Amino acid sequence: MDYTVQSLVSAKRNSVRRRRLTEALWGYIFLFPQLLGLLAFSLVPLVTVFYLSSVKWDGLGPIQFVGLQNFIEQFAPDSDLRIALINTSYYVLITVPGGIILALLIALGLNKVRGKTLYRVLYFMPYITSGVAVSVIWLWLLNGDFGLINTLLRVWLHIQGPSWLTDQRFVIPSIAVVSIWQGLGFNMVVLLAGLRNIPATYAEAARVDGANRLQLFWRVTLPLLSPIVFLVTVLSIIGSLQVFDQVFILTGGGPGKDSYTMVYHIYHQAFVEFQFGSASASAVILFVLILLLTLIQFALRKRWVYYES
Amino acid sequence: MAQDTLSQSTSDSAVVSVAVSRSRKGIRVGALGFTLLLHLFLIFGAIIMVAPFIWMVLTSLKDNSQAFRIPPTWIPNPIIWDNYPQSLQAESFGQAYWNSFYITAIVVTSVLLTSSMAGYSFARIRFPGRNVLFILFLATLMVPFQLTIIPLFLIMRDLGWIDSHLALIVPASLFNAVGVFLMRQFILSLPIELEEAAIVDGASRWTLFWRVIFPLLKAPLAALGIFTFIGQWNSFFYPLIFLSSPNLFTVPMLLNQFRGEYSTQWTLVMAASVIAVVPILIVYVLLQKQIIEGIATTGLKA
Repeated sequence: MDYTVQSLVSAKRNSVRRRRLTEALWGYIFLFPQLLGLLAFSLVPLVTVFYLSSVKWDGLGPIQFVGLQNFIEQFAPDSDLRIALINTSYYVLITVPGGIILALLIALGLNKVRGKTLYRVLYFMPYITSGVAVSVIWLWLLNGDFGLINTLLRVWLHIQGPSWLTDQRFVIPSIAVVSIWQGLGFNMVVLLAGLRNIPATYAEAARVDGANRLQLFWRVTLPLLSPIVFLVTVLSIIGSLQVFDQVFILTGGGPGKDSYTMVYHIYHQAFVEFQFGSASASAVILFVLILLLTLIQFALRKRWVYYES
Repeated sequence: MAQDTLSQSTSDSAVVSVAVSRSRKGIRVGALGFTLLLHLFLIFGAIIMVAPFIWMVLTSLKDNSQAFRIPPTWIPNPIIWDNYPQSLQAESFGQAYWNSFYITAIVVTSVLLTSSMAGYSFARIRFPGRNVLFILFLATLMVPFQLTIIPLFLIMRDLGWIDSHLALIVPASLFNAVGVFLMRQFILSLPIELEEAAIVDGASRWTLFWRVIFPLLKAPLAALGIFTFIGQWNSFFYPLIFLSSPNLFTVPMLLNQFRGEYSTQWTLVMAASVIAVVPILIVYVLLQKQIIEGIATTGLKA
């Protein structure tokens, strides 16, 4: 055989190339199921929904291209989307700060007492339960005449409570309370884990310097906890913008449209009115909203989230 | 160090602060009173967390005259057990439980397998387009599922999978960006010497993964499995869209149906809720340590 340098070099190059090819093949083989799922159930639908938002279609008849018409209609005055946006914003403004502050208080408290495990089990219980079951239970609790809430109000405070879920003033706060109740366990668990992760040396140093409890909290604990608080806030906002199960069970968007939220709007247009084009446009709008809010939060992160350098 | 927890240092510093307050002629009760107040606050909160469940059970054991009385009867007397057989007969909970169970089992198993494979691929194998694809996976985390539900519905319709469990199983099994992300992060943290040793011994990628890597993935797999299990079992939106035959319903859907049909018979509805909720609660109480800790560590990593 003729082992010239040239042939040796090219032989090595070929075997390297073959190895790289096998590598690449294995890479794709291992990736294959998830890749298939990504393409079929995420990317293709994603592209499709943008296309659908530019047509009018009831799913059966002819498809009618209308360009940006759907979006214009969605933002028309008195449109259902506007109502949904307002309702959803109101809901988010109650649920997110309320839920996180409560979870933080409980996590801080739990961090300092014995019996953590028992408390944790109890506080986390609602989160594990299905949103449907939670909503059905609260549907009964919030019943205007016989529900536990109004019963307690009557017996203890002699007040006649409103019909929580059919009174326009209280319907969104009521749904918010149900969501806070259910989500508290999750936020608390994550915050508690974050608290336990804070090295004790910071707190000790602060005490040596004479800090009292309040100063300890504001100056030491909270800044060190801020990355976790940031995470919990981002997840909370995204989650609450997508509220559906509770609305569906508790009120069906009612009374009237007073608890009509964004996802319920999408659902209603697509699967009750069979307006796939309009529904897709609403979905796109919701997506852009979530994206913008998340990006804004990440941009603001440098301002208030403290990272150890 | 085992001492390096805020809670441990807090009980130490509680002693310190007691000493400090004593020396400042403060009241010794200060630290003790604070803990007491804290416990009261926490107990109050815990009651609020648990009371709805208790009320659910209590109501399920009443008859209508007890449930709809003002003021209400707190403890049912007599206890009406009949609501349960009535609920069970009214709707086929057994079928729904089986549906929920086998769908969840398939999805969880599949997610664990495919996510760890994909995570391994991203973490340890070099192939063209690796970075682009990973970013693509991450990007889909931003996409709320409501965005893709409409085209998904149309795809399922074209596949003839509407009103069949396939529509629920296949997408959930094959696509889980969170899972892929978690597994990749974890596998990246494993020492590479393990694999190098196996390659030297002549193992193929396939054996390498299943014999060496996979057994080490117990912790993240458990966390991912629990996450997926909870999400899948309690899933409502997807079954709502895709299923219409009652015998295909999952537990949440059946409960919703029940609520619709027996809307004013709250004692029955509460009994149905108990039937829907209690098995999961039992599983939860038994596994709560793993469940909660799995969620905590996943949250920290994210």
